[in-house]
Amino acid sequence: MASEAHGAEEGGLVFHPMDQFIIKPLFGGDHIGLFTITNATLWMALAVVAVVALMVVGTRRRAIVPSRGQSIGELAYGFIYKMVEDVAGKDAVKFFPYIMTLFLFIVMANFLGLIPMSFTTTSHFAVTVVLALLVFVTVTVVGFVKNGAGFLGLFWVSSAPLPLRPILAIIEVISYFVRPVSHSIRLAGNVMAGHAVIKVFAGFAAIAVVSPVSVVAITAMYGLEVLVAFIQAYVFTILTCVYLKDALHPSH
Amino acid sequence: MEGQLAHIGAGLAAIGSGAAAIGVGNVAGNFLAGALRNPSAAASQTATLFIGIAFAEALGIFSFLVALLLMFAV
Repeated sequence: MASEAHGAEEGGLVFHPMDQFIIKPLFGGDHIGLFTITNATLWMALAVVAVVALMVVGTRRRAIVPSRGQSIGELAYGFIYKMVEDVAGKDAVKFFPYIMTLFLFIVMANFLGLIPMSFTTTSHFAVTVVLALLVFVTVTVVGFVKNGAGFLGLFWVSSAPLPLRPILAIIEVISYFVRPVSHSIRLAGNVMAGHAVIKVFAGFAAIAVVSPVSVVAITAMYGLEVLVAFIQAYVFTILTCVYLKDALHPSH
Repeated sequence: MEGQLAHIGAGLAAIGSGAAAIGVGNVAGNFLAGALRNPSAAASQTATLFIGIAFAEALGIFSFLVALLLMFAV
């Protein structure tokens, strides 16, 4: 994406809307190896720091009348706990720490990415695919450990008429293996598209005639992106709960 | 020439995003219609709403994926 010709001509985009997603090494050099510290590393680390700050520092002085930080921490905890209990069932509560971590990391990465000039780690498929694959592997392993071969009953829809079942089994298997794809690309695609749209409008802001309209559009899109940042983290988490429910109770 | 055809294909794949938009709107609209009839039951169904939206959106995501593959992988 970076090597594409940038519209340097007058009136066009002076920067490419995808330029914001370029991964650069932080400490000079062009080579990006496995252990190079890049801006992606930095912003992921900052997301972790933000989570720790919210949950550890925010709840250090536990008061009856909570401070702002404490009440946000408590709200987040209660919100996810209730979601796990409602969607995945009571026996899924022992996976609550994992799901809570997922949610907080994604929501913090999304919100940090909304800071101007920052880098959005969740806009990269590499990041979200790792998160989604981890969920996929966890859910599959949990399903087989909990139910043994009975987990395969997830693919054998016993409530359907017998001749239909093999066809349904094929569809179910395909939809099962497509899960990590849609799970990861939903998050990265939504975040990336939103940020790219903001940058496209920012490019129009350089043209005097449409500049006021585009500034208003940037503001509106930014508001929408704040909403999307939360909703996509929520959707990622709730789908994790749904997959977990399938693993714990595979019968249809 | 082939690269240009791939870009046309990517544009065509973007139609799928519009189709997914219809699907998501359908889910959300029907939820709202039901929620206004029985507001007391609405709060307990928001999780179902989001799951439904996510599943409707998944097919749009596949068209997005096809567009990405055509743009950068073909």
